[in-house]
Amino acid sequence: MLPAAPAPAMLKLQGIAVSPGVTIGEALVLDAEGFRIPRRFVERSAVDTELARLAHAVAETAREMGHNRDRIHAELGAQYAAIFEAHLAMLHDPRLQQELTTAVRDRNWWPEYAVSRTLRRYAKVFQSLDNHISQRAHDIYDIEKSLLRNLLGERRETLAAISQPVVVLAHNLTPSETANLDRRFVKGFATELGGPGSHTAIVAEGLEIPAVVGVGPFLADVSGGESVILDGNEGLVILQPDEETIARYRLEEQAAKTVATRLGRLRDLPAETTDGVRIQIMGNIEFPSEVEQCISRGSDGIGLYRTEFLYLTSRREPTEEDHFAAYAEVVQAMNGKPVVIRTLDLGADKMLTETTSEEERNPCLGLRSIRLSLRQLPMFRTQLRAILRASALGDVRVMFPLVSTIVELRQARMVLADVMEDLAEHGIAFNPKMPVGMMVETPAAALMLDAFIKEVDFVSVGTNDLIQYTLAVDRGNKEVADLYNACDPAVLRLLRRSLDVAAEAGVPANVCGQMSGSVMYTQLLLGMGLRQLSVPASAIPEVKQACRSVSVADCRLIAEKALAMDGAREVKAFLRDQLRRLHAQTVA
Amino acid sequence: MAADSRESLHDANAPQSGETISCEVVVAIPQGLHARPADLLAREARRWQSRIELVADSQRADGKSILDLLTLAAEAGTRLVVEATGPDAREALEAIGSLFDRNFNEHAGSQES
Repeated sequence: MLPAAPAPAMLKLQGIAVSPGVTIGEALVLDAEGFRIPRRFVERSAVDTELARLAHAVAETAREMGHNRDRIHAELGAQYAAIFEAHLAMLHDPRLQQELTTAVRDRNWWPEYAVSRTLRRYAKVFQSLDNHISQRAHDIYDIEKSLLRNLLGERRETLAAISQPVVVLAHNLTPSETANLDRRFVKGFATELGGPGSHTAIVAEGLEIPAVVGVGPFLADVSGGESVILDGNEGLVILQPDEETIARYRLEEQAAKTVATRLGRLRDLPAETTDGVRIQIMGNIEFPSEVEQCISRGSDGIGLYRTEFLYLTSRREPTEEDHFAAYAEVVQAMNGKPVVIRTLDLGADKMLTETTSEEERNPCLGLRSIRLSLRQLPMFRTQLRAILRASALGDVRVMFPLVSTIVELRQARMVLADVMEDLAEHGIAFNPKMPVGMMVETPAAALMLDAFIKEVDFVSVGTNDLIQYTLAVDRGNKEVADLYNACDPAVLRLLRRSLDVAAEAGVPANVCGQMSGSVMYTQLLLGMGLRQLSVPASAIPEVKQACRSVSVADCRLIAEKALAMDGAREVKAFLRDQLRRLHAQTVA
Repeated sequence: MAADSRESLHDANAPQSGETISCEVVVAIPQGLHARPADLLAREARRWQSRIELVADSQRADGKSILDLLTLAAEAGTRLVVEATGPDAREALEAIGSLFDRNFNEHAGSQES
């Protein structure tokens, strides 16, 4: 039989760390439909009313199940209707009903909480069985969902309505859901799905809240309301933390604040190496609001302004004015410092608006980024018009993502020239000399860069995609995510080649993937000749600190050694070691 | 199978109410004790006043609860002990044993539940 709820033991779950920081907070659980199931208690005097509400929800759910059974019976036959018959039997299980009633009457649990806690306990037991009965867990979740829907009714609370600090735990969060999280209240989040470098992860980093993804199934263990610890540095979710652990994390939270204050003092100091080489540190942003975080940390400009946000948060295609308003805000705030705006870098599969009718089998290798823009010319022209108009307000540069052939680059430049002509005809101000650059994020672009370089004003290496395409690894796929490694020699060779070709041509180069934001790679990148890094705002102080503690001469030696190695593991160990030495020096 | 083990029951002394009597059955349904037979079993068990429990190895389930019965995850061939405690324990065991004997009417192909 099911054990009565045991004294909860601390549970540490390992996921993938995608946004740093630690936080302790009240869990808010979102199930597949985004319900919120808070732990609340019922006043003693209200117990009967709440029990009646529960009974009503059970009756209503039974009515729906019966209705479904009859409908399916009529349409598909008895075999198929049997599933609803089973749901009904489970719903009316006397033991379950007894447990629910006891939870409300004796423990004074809110019916929603009682339903979720009790059914999830059953689901968990079923999931743990290693035979086909484990599939019944889906039925339990179905029943839970129906009951909750009937209980919550119109009072359903959504993410948008959060009004107190919480840690969000969800099966999955879409980038737009993540983007819409209210930063005043959401202290961090963890999801069952997801991998490093996913769009959701990037958004979390932009929001500067700790985040852990790819934890695997764990929501059955939580109901919401209890304290959880989220460790975005180590990728841990800790349920039912004990006092000692809470105390340790409180200290860590405090220490992080102290370090942030210390790094904050770097704001007005230049990122200059000990042998006097000035490094440009730019910020990566997704939302105009992040500009403030870049400026306050003394960034030299915006090295990557991702514009996907504009396309992800609305069901309609953004207008030229939507684009322009966002760009103008960023450019004006940067006050003459460079702002590199990247055109749409999304797959057709991610767009909310209807862009393609065909389902793609392999979206990563499909119609996305510049390919999509060149296919959707009116949409592309709208974005380019807005970028050009913003170029009259400051140092704006445009960058095309995922270029893999020279034809794409030429076509994109032609569309740009055409839009310029159009603007000029209408007497609309723009910078006719606006620099044009491209992302180097496919092996094709890296290998052919000597040809591309003659037709661009700057390049930026996007390591996230370059790693994915070079190593043929889907970074969102948990099964192979461990193969996704910035230290892989194949990646390093393409990176070095790109930087060498750019240097030889005298074209400025930048690295804007996650690699540049991690201090583990700073010495390697400087040693390979990189003089400009674009990193998330949160990483600016630390990267600046790293640049200020090294000499380019030493970095060159480190890069040479790393590039001579055969395996990713060896490279990683070597770079870790170098970083440790650097830290030891800095502290000494 | 189940019938044999129930023979011993008839030899037992008439149980006092409050005394537990038991018999052994074997799951013969190819898919194991899945949702439909578990539902039939729970419905049958609920017809009786006695407390009814099914035991597989160390695991114990409330015979009147489909959810609890499913947690036994009893596959085809599993031996189960049915225990009944109460005034109508003997009749309850007879009825449940007979369900297993009839293989829960699985082969009838109908969904009369």
